[in-house]
This record gives sequence, C-alpha cells and structure tokens, in this order.
Amino acid sequence: MKRVFAGAFSVAIMLVAACSRSDPARSEPSRRYGIGRVASDAEIAVRDVDVGPDGVGLPPGSGTVAQGGTVFTEKCASCHGANGEGKPPYPTLVGRDPAAENFVFGQNPNLKRTIGNYWPYATTVFDYVRRAMPQSAPGSLTNDELYAVTAYLLAANQVIPMDASLDARSLAAVRMPYVARFVPDTRRGGREVK
Amino acid sequence: MSDPIRLLGAPTSAVGGRAAVVQAARTPTGDVVGSSLTPLQDLSGTITPADLHFERHHAGVPAIDPAHHTLLIHGLVDRPMSFSVDDIKRFPRVTRVHFIECSGNGELAFRGGMFGAPNPGLTPQRVAGLTGNSEWTGVPLRVLLDEVGAKRVGTWLLAEGGDACLLARSIPIAKALDDALVVWAQNGEPIRPEQGFPLRLLLPGWEGSTNVKWLRRLELGTRPWMTRWETATYTDPLLDGTARQFAFEMDARSIITSPAHPETITPGWRQITGLAWTGRGKITRVEVSTDAGQTWTNARLQEPVLSKAHTRFMHMWDWDGRETILLSRATDETGYIQPTRAELIRIRGPGTLYHWNPIYGWKVAANGRVFFHGAT
Repeated sequence: MKRVFAGAFSVAIMLVAACSRSDPARSEPSRRYGIGRVASDAEIAVRDVDVGPDGVGLPPGSGTVAQGGTVFTEKCASCHGANGEGKPPYPTLVGRDPAAENFVFGQNPNLKRTIGNYWPYATTVFDYVRRAMPQSAPGSLTNDELYAVTAYLLAANQVIPMDASLDARSLAAVRMPYVARFVPDTRRGGREVK
Repeated sequence: MSDPIRLLGAPTSAVGGRAAVVQAARTPTGDVVGSSLTPLQDLSGTITPADLHFERHHAGVPAIDPAHHTLLIHGLVDRPMSFSVDDIKRFPRVTRVHFIECSGNGELAFRGGMFGAPNPGLTPQRVAGLTGNSEWTGVPLRVLLDEVGAKRVGTWLLAEGGDACLLARSIPIAKALDDALVVWAQNGEPIRPEQGFPLRLLLPGWEGSTNVKWLRRLELGTRPWMTRWETATYTDPLLDGTARQFAFEMDARSIITSPAHPETITPGWRQITGLAWTGRGKITRVEVSTDAGQTWTNARLQEPVLSKAHTRFMHMWDWDGRETILLSRATDETGYIQPTRAELIRIRGPGTLYHWNPIYGWKVAANGRVFFHGAT
C-alpha cells in the first residue's frame, strides 16, 4: 500500500516552492535554545492517537460487523440515520448508488459521497471515529467498538463481507474501491488555470 | 440628539466598543459545526478586525486554559519535546500580515448558481466572506523543528488541534521549513478563542483548514496520514474521474466590496474598491471593468502590497446612470489570472467545490440598485 502514494507525494513535496525572503528569524543561527522539556513516552502515548494508511498506529483489539451494527444503532444512528443514510446536516455514511459509481463526482454535484464510493483509505474511518465520534462524547469508544463500527461501515458500503471481523492487520489490508482516483495537486500558478 | 459640543462626553473605558451605529457583524448560524462569514463590505484597508474574522469550526470552539496547554512535537526527531505557551513565546519571534481563506470560500455563490440563477441578493460577505487578513505574531516552525532535532528523513508533519474532533492535517515538511509559523497573537492581542487560542499553526497562502487552530501536537513522519479532512473532504473531484488531493495553495481571487449589494448608488463620481489576494505571493495587478467586461482598466493598489495578504484596490468611476456590470480580475506574481466562472466550470466541471475563485460581478440597475452578478 505504501507504494500507492510514495511516488506521487514525493513529487508534491519537491514542488512546494522554497522562496527566499527577508526574515529576522532566518538570520538567527540554527541552534538549540534549551527551551521546553523532553516529553516522556507516557505523555506521547496519551496524545499519539493517529492511524496511518499503512495501519501504523492501530491499537490492539478487534470487532465484527455484527457487533459494529449494535454500536452504530446505539451511538451513531440518531444523527446518521438507522442505516447510515444521513440526516442533514449530518452526512451520509453508507451508500453504493449505481449512479454514483465510477467516481463521476466531477460531473455531477448532486451525487452523494459515501465511505464506499469516495473514501480512499479504510484506516481513515477508524482514525476519524476515534478522534471525533460520537459528537456528544468524542473519544468514548473502546478499541473493540472502534474496530466493530469500522467493520460495520465498511460492510454496509460493500467493501468487506458481512461476516468479517477487523483487527489491526486486517483493517490495514482493506483496499478501498477508488483509492487510485486520488491524485496530488498539479496547480502551480502561472497562466494556466487548472 | 443634543449638540455634542455643548455636552461633556463619556469617561474613559477599559475596553472600547464600536460606535453604536456601526452594525458590522459575522453571520453565525448557531451550528457548532459551521461557518460565520467576514463582513467584507464593512471593512476598509486590508486588516480584518479579529472579532470579525470568519469562523469555521468542525467541533465547536474549545475552552482551553493556556496555563495547561502544551504543544507536543514528536515522531522522527532527536528529542520529543513539550512546550508550554510561555516556552513558545521565548523563541525568536516574527510578525507578518497574511490572509487565511477557507478553501470552501465562494460555495454559496457557486452552488446557488448551479441550481438556478446566481442569487442577486448576495452581499460580498455571502459571496466570499470565508477570508480574513491579520497581523500574526509567532515563532517560525523551523525554529521549533531545530529545537527538537528534526531528522532529515522526515517528509511530512501531522498537525493536530485540541478541539473535540482533534482536527488533523498532513503538511509537507518543505512548507514547515519555508514560511510556517506557530502563532499566539493576532492584530496585537492574544488570538481569540474562535481563531485558535492559545496557539495556531499559520501556513501562509494555504487553505484555511491546514492552519490548525488550538494546536497541540506536531508529529514528524514519512508519509501523509490521510485524515478525513484530506480525503473525504477538502478534495476536489475533477471531470477526468480523479480527485485532486492536498490542494494547499489558494488561487488568486478578487472581489469588489463597494459598490455591491445591498447598496444603492447615484450617478457621478465614486470609488470602486475591493480586495484581492493570492496564496502564491503578491498580487501584481487588479483590473476593473465598468462595462461588463468589454474594457478593463488597472486599479490602484494600496501600498505596501504584501505577499500572501489581502491587497486593497481602488478605481475612481463616473457613473452615467445607465445599467451596467462591474467586474474585477486579479493577477498574481506567477502570472496567474483569475478566471471566469464559465472557464472554471469548463476546466474543473460542475462537481467540484473547493478552491472556487471565479471573477465576481455586480450589476448596477438604472435606478442605482446593485445586485450580485455571478454568471461571469
């Protein structure tokens, strides 16, 4: 999976222009001031919640689609609808409308983007839910509940089977249908409008 | 009202307020997850008063005690470190003027037009009010990266805020080493809570959501993290069946802020004025048309023109009382020229949303009333 973006994004990095400018801080020598304090492993662990597209950062634990359905009904459905269909202003999570397949969103602003037809990485579901959901009690789900509700959302979007179970290894291995459609920005200014 | 020269005035006060007749205000919706727009039509010069700078939150405005707030920098560094707000203020500081613009700026004027005629009742605030321009004070991010000993193999940073969604964006290290700042002051005072108190990441010229508010963590790594805010949202589907990702730089844009809806004007001389900005450096030219685009004239730019900052333009106009359309068109130092709406739709398709920067128009009716004209 790493290979998917390694090439494309190293190009993006190189093309971020490093401009020279008059800058007081730039005339200061590069040095250590000895300000701040070294962070302990324990305090880093408390904050280091991120999960990468390669699965780095996924915690121990597991959950099934069926268990996730229960979590969803109890903790998500009141905003996102019984089947993840969305209740404005809360977004649609589930849906594989044939009209919205093949990533035709550029042609039609009315198509609903869902996890299944748009999101490029399955790990993002886990990462986002862990950060932000449920809105009334962010950070309250256990790791098992997070795996379960991620499994439910991926299964409801026809990405994994209904009898699936997810843990760190199997979630990192899930490939989303339209990951290859995401491309780095090529706008660079100049006369051409992109 | 009695004559003020015959009546002793009010005493001094602890905190000043606006004159009672000044009604400048944002557009709060009451939603926790939402936006509230800058009243562009009420501003002069280039600085946006901090209390009128637009808001866009993803989980409301957190209440943060600065005495207990810390910025953790870890990952591919020699020394993972924690900095208090007071620590951050001890480093060499810089003060710069920059705009912050939400990449969703202009959505109302765009989508309103997709599903019918562009709404003529839109004001500059409603058309393009998801931008603000401030004097920011802080420490260059590269100074902090030196302090923790950032390893050369690190290519991306994750910047995370301390709000209830832990909003996080992946940032290429080149930007961090170029002009990125960790700021604590806006227009001379501590950053206001809705702008990121006590610490905010400032990435000059980059889409608003990368300027992470309530900054509490920076992690150095070797690839983007693919957070929700750089995959499910803030990506631009294009006509060719792809979606543009990590579209950081804001394209040049301009808007006439007067005359504009809901003003009514009279024949004779008046000043056309507005704002222009670009995420790629300086605005080099703003052209104004007072005849619906048949002819264009260079507007005067307020000096000094600053890089990645709002630039005020002005053009004197003698209105003859006949119906017309006023337009403005910005050019930046890369040679990029602000496109028309039709050009953008032709190139990007109707399904895109972010980074929507078309030329905007104002239709002046013969009776002097001014209406938004989005069909450029």
